[in-house]
Amino acid sequence: MTKQIHLAAHFPGVNNTTVWSDPESGSQIDFASFKHLAETAERGTFDFFFLAEGLRLREVKGKIHDLDVVGRPESLTVLSALAAVTRQLGLAATVNSTFNEPYELAKRLATLDHLSGGRAAWNVVTSWDAFTGENFRRGGYLDKADRYVRAQESLRIVRKLWDSWTEDDLVLAQATGVFAREGAGAFADEGAHFDIRGRFGLPPSPQGRPVVIQAGDSDQGREFAASSADVIFSRHGTFEAGQTFYKDVKSRLARYGRSEESLKIMPAVTVVVADTDAEAVEKAQHIREQQVSGPTALVLAELLWGRDLSAYDPDGPLPSGDPVVGSSVTQGRVGYNDPAPVVAEWRAQAAAHGWSLRETVINQQNRQTFIGSPSTIAEALNRHVQEDAADGFVLVPHLTPGGLDDFVDRVVPLLRERGVFRSEYAGTTLRSHLGLSA
Amino acid sequence: MSRRLITAIEIDGAGGHPAAWRGSEVDPAAILTGELALRAAQRAEAAGVDLATFADALEAPADVADRVSVRLDALGLAARIAPATDRIGLLPTITVTHTEPFHVQASVATLDYVSSGRGGWVADVSSSAEAAAVIGRREPAPAADTWREARYVVDVSRHLWDSWEDDAIIRDSSTGRFIDRDRIHYVDFESPTFIIKGPSIVPRPPQGHPITAVRLNVPEALEAAAEADLVLLPGVAELGERVAAIRAAAEEQEGGRPRGGQAGPASPRILVSVGVLLDEDPAAAALRADGAIRLDHIGGVERLADLIGEWAEAGVDGVHLRPASLEVDVPVIADRLVPLLRARKLIGPVGRPGTLRNRLGLRRPANRYAESEQ
Repeated sequence: MTKQIHLAAHFPGVNNTTVWSDPESGSQIDFASFKHLAETAERGTFDFFFLAEGLRLREVKGKIHDLDVVGRPESLTVLSALAAVTRQLGLAATVNSTFNEPYELAKRLATLDHLSGGRAAWNVVTSWDAFTGENFRRGGYLDKADRYVRAQESLRIVRKLWDSWTEDDLVLAQATGVFAREGAGAFADEGAHFDIRGRFGLPPSPQGRPVVIQAGDSDQGREFAASSADVIFSRHGTFEAGQTFYKDVKSRLARYGRSEESLKIMPAVTVVVADTDAEAVEKAQHIREQQVSGPTALVLAELLWGRDLSAYDPDGPLPSGDPVVGSSVTQGRVGYNDPAPVVAEWRAQAAAHGWSLRETVINQQNRQTFIGSPSTIAEALNRHVQEDAADGFVLVPHLTPGGLDDFVDRVVPLLRERGVFRSEYAGTTLRSHLGLSA
Repeated sequence: MSRRLITAIEIDGAGGHPAAWRGSEVDPAAILTGELALRAAQRAEAAGVDLATFADALEAPADVADRVSVRLDALGLAARIAPATDRIGLLPTITVTHTEPFHVQASVATLDYVSSGRGGWVADVSSSAEAAAVIGRREPAPAADTWREARYVVDVSRHLWDSWEDDAIIRDSSTGRFIDRDRIHYVDFESPTFIIKGPSIVPRPPQGHPITAVRLNVPEALEAAAEADLVLLPGVAELGERVAAIRAAAEEQEGGRPRGGQAGPASPRILVSVGVLLDEDPAAAALRADGAIRLDHIGGVERLADLIGEWAEAGVDGVHLRPASLEVDVPVIADRLVPLLRARKLIGPVGRPGTLRNRLGLRRPANRYAESEQ
């Protein structure tokens, strides 16, 4: 059976994937930029628009990192505004489960779901570090191992609140004066992390309840996704890694009595499209050079080596010495659990090609997932989906806000021609776009 | 010289009257889609009303079968309305007692961005046992404690809004720097109940500081009100005395604790907040008012315009109207009351798009962290 491709648009993030030095790079904070990308995604009949989140500005060697785009809005507020300028596009917010309480999360996400007519999604992320905690009442307080316990419990309670009304509870009988059945929305829950009770003030939305997205990659994270998520936002965009991940996660579903279709796997990918394959390769190289300035190459190397490399010349050879595991030279950014093999690979490639440090980073770190002409891209995307390396993709553009214009104008029509991507929305809710049951 | 009054409306479910949702002109399902609120905001904006507040509380409305027992998050609702309006200020009620100050300030800053400088908030506290129980982290506290903490939350919000200087984003290709980190600041804010490092994740919002309003419904909120940009003062009894008390409290704070050299007003803008049900026919008005919570004015627009003139004499800067029904009373406010106030020169012309601060005659505050620009 031919699978249908699912697509999402990731608003450019706060790392060096996002190019700000290009003349076409617009504001990362003005609402007009969010509107542009959302409208582009809706024109392309994408499944959803995706916003990431960060709760503390990144730091390198104790100072605020200044080389990458930084400064972004609070996700749910922007998405509520985007609900006004889109009609069918799903709206996915990344919101941390550690530094938010389930009742508030449930209320705010359900509000977005109602305001958008059933198009909301929650990307559940966790953090535990004291660094982020310094911005919050509760501080950094969780063991790393506890974060999924809390996330799981948080998600369970949020869903309990979303399910606290039956479909018949909202009566709206003006003549008899019954607005809602008394007792609707009552809840109580007691767990390791929460002890709460009361009443939830919102009935189910047109899609029942918001879609849940999960991005964790550890064994715990995969298990969490298999048990509870509707979509996985994965980092395995290449074909082989994608297939391995896909097989692993889908095989976990049966344990929870779930079908393989009930969880969509959507890796984050970058795409460079041009008239011909050769031009695309050239364009991709140019983008990578924009993405990795000399100072950025050093910072990315510091993330890998886990130590201060400011004495090194980015245009010189790779740093000597072994990487340090678990260092805090870079704060607020996911580091490497096992850097040694990556360093070895970098050394081998640098030696083979005669690359400087910066050239090594450009070639090893930021290679785009799909590079080619519109038909090459369309074919590759379709192959990944039909051969179970993915169910779809979260496209991460390198430019704000026009970074997906080309893709929507040139690649989407080819996917539609192949009959693997919708030409118009069949339903109005995000669950409907994703083929998930309510 | 005649003073120009500020006009505001409150958006709350189908209106302030508990039975407003039952009116024949109301589609009660439109409470949940946000359409009722949107229509009210657009009608008010078209008439030239300066701002809308959005009622909310952390806990759900009371579980009573014949009342509107659902409520959208006010911040989300205000954000939904922002792109569909271009002049009216948008102030959702946001509670600070059980919520995270860092999230609250980021959300309000974001509302200011999505509304191009028309954002603000009504800072409120949660004193109820119900609100404490849905979060389950703190016991309910008396108003004196919650309002003391609320002042710190407003204060840290203003610090965090200043934590990015206006020109922090430099996009300097020659050095590869997107920001000048010397223009982004840790706030290192300490209060008895929380500590926040900063800086904010959101660059400084368009208005510098979005508008902070406080509803002065308990005496314990007086100091918080005095430090706000805008005060909602419910009820009309002893109006002059109460206005004077706010101004006195504001002056005391100005003397004792200057706002970090801020170029703010000497005292907040004070709006008398009144529940209104508008109908020229006394019998019809009485019928519709039946069973209502206390309304301050039931009757015609001429009389209300007279009263507003009197309240202005008592020293208020404007009026915050809480309509009994959004679908019935907001059109009357928009089509008849506001034009009448304008004809009497109590309010100015409709005006053009711009920031809420401009509409209220408030200056954009200087950044406390920026090097002096004199």
